[in-house]
Amino acid sequence: MAVEKLCKNFGGVAAIVDVSFHLREGELLGVIGPNGSGKTTLVNLMTGFVRPDSGKVTYRGTDITGKMPYKIADLGIARTFQMVKPFYQLSAFKNLIIPLYSSRVKKLLGGRYGDRDAVAIDLLEDVGFERDSFVPYKVASSLPHGYLKRLELARCLALRPDLLILDELFSGMSMSEVASTLPIIEKLNQEGLSIIMIEHRLKELFRICHRVMVLNFGERIVDGPPREVMENDAVKKAYLGSEEEESNA
Amino acid sequence: MRHPYPNPPPSRGRARVGGGRVSMKLRRERLDRGIKARCEDIFALSSYREILYLVIPRILPLAVLLILPLMKGVVGLYWIKVMVITCAIALLALSWDLLASVGLISLGQALFFGVGAYLTGYLNQRFGLPPFLTIPLGTLGGAFISTILLLPVLRLRGVYFAIVTLTFPLLLTRFIETTKILGGTEGMSALSPLPNLWVEVYLPVIALLIALFVFRRLINEDYGLVLQGIRDNDRAVMSSAINIYWFKIQTVFLAGLVGAFSGAFMTHYYRFVGMPAFSSDYSILPLTAAVLGGVGTFAGPTLGAFILIPLSEVLRAFGTLRVVFYSAILIICIVGLPEGVFHYIQRKYHQFERMVNVE
Repeated sequence: MAVEKLCKNFGGVAAIVDVSFHLREGELLGVIGPNGSGKTTLVNLMTGFVRPDSGKVTYRGTDITGKMPYKIADLGIARTFQMVKPFYQLSAFKNLIIPLYSSRVKKLLGGRYGDRDAVAIDLLEDVGFERDSFVPYKVASSLPHGYLKRLELARCLALRPDLLILDELFSGMSMSEVASTLPIIEKLNQEGLSIIMIEHRLKELFRICHRVMVLNFGERIVDGPPREVMENDAVKKAYLGSEEEESNA
Repeated sequence: MRHPYPNPPPSRGRARVGGGRVSMKLRRERLDRGIKARCEDIFALSSYREILYLVIPRILPLAVLLILPLMKGVVGLYWIKVMVITCAIALLALSWDLLASVGLISLGQALFFGVGAYLTGYLNQRFGLPPFLTIPLGTLGGAFISTILLLPVLRLRGVYFAIVTLTFPLLLTRFIETTKILGGTEGMSALSPLPNLWVEVYLPVIALLIALFVFRRLINEDYGLVLQGIRDNDRAVMSSAINIYWFKIQTVFLAGLVGAFSGAFMTHYYRFVGMPAFSSDYSILPLTAAVLGGVGTFAGPTLGAFILIPLSEVLRAFGTLRVVFYSAILIICIVGLPEGVFHYIQRKYHQFERMVNVE
């Protein structure tokens, strides 16, 4: 996947300014930056929810700039939402039946398309729902936040994506939930799934990612392996403020 | 996990007050009947009585609808006519409910009705086609034209669909009035009648039952799940690689089929079609029937229509006061039972309640 010189203005606010990066197959890219730096906007631009003002997004050679989200998802790019968007009135199990109804899954499952129920239960188990309890059948509005986040992940995995974009998956999850979900993501990446992770929990992120990109005020400041990024002065300034600002405050 | 009691005696609302001196607080407890298994739509049956328990509420209205016309000697021709009109409105209410299930609130069912009606009338008058050809063609063509007309709105989110459906019938009415096509203000009259009384009565009834069955099955299948997903959260559905616009188009077409059939049939029933085919009555009555009966369950709008239309006929004896009574009853029903009559009945039937002491 390649993103070239993306720009997006919302009214007078430059949300994304001239951002470019590459993602190789099988890579796990972390995207970090202070709040408001445009990380979610970047994901929206890549997945078709927002049209960029200029720039191009290509995936495996095809130009996907500004295409409709369902077409982009059809190509194999799945994303989670920062504010979880499950179907609140349906049970967790039925939440997964919906993405399994898409034509992409139909093509991938082939003859096993009728086994959607079994596939849904397997998916829920994969992300950490207990299999033989009634938790999968509980209505989504009654599930705690950690489960909803994992349901988002399961919804993405239902599409059998080739590129997974996680928008702050671990925000709001307890330490134990993070500890149980992190190996799942690591395993997915080792099996060949390319992942882009937006995260604030840097300790966990740096443990599994190959490369990190830092955004600040819509611009990409640094791009490189985790260790380099952590030492970088510009990154520290973005997160913590420079020394002059501290002494003024 | 919930363990429902097996086959307990249904004690409804009988208070059990423990002790004489101490006044206990009572609360209403609702339990599912013993035949319900873990999920909502799976039942575990173990006796003929339980099978009957599930079957009778479905068979009984079916039987009444089918047998009532046969008893026209007892019931009287007037009420048979009322039943036909009720079926037409019920069809429109069903199509409204389908659109509401996908998130499109239509304030203009008269659009489907009128387009189907006019197309049928036109085919009959201009080409002389008999009813058994004009009605199917009018239904299909009406649905097709309505879908094309509503196509641009389906890309928008929010209230725009409601606004456009509200204004389209008015637009088409004025258009016909000014251009004087399709009969203008006088409409097309002396159209062919339906072959005999049995067709007149049973055609809408059978169509209603088919539509009810098909829609209920559709909404309970995975297709209906996707529709409800589009209603609740269309961004999530879009990011699940599903083309929501195509689903919306399909839904509008299906709803249009049912609505246009209603119009097509009524054209040949009245042997006339004119500007009243687009009147707001045909938009408001189905909507009210659907809200009264319970949005989302297709049996609800049908039930609502069968309550509302005969009620308005019964009240006709009061003259103009009838509107007052009518509105009062509507308001009481909607405020008292916001979930709808059908949901209420279903809940009472499937669960039993009793008062238990607060612990």
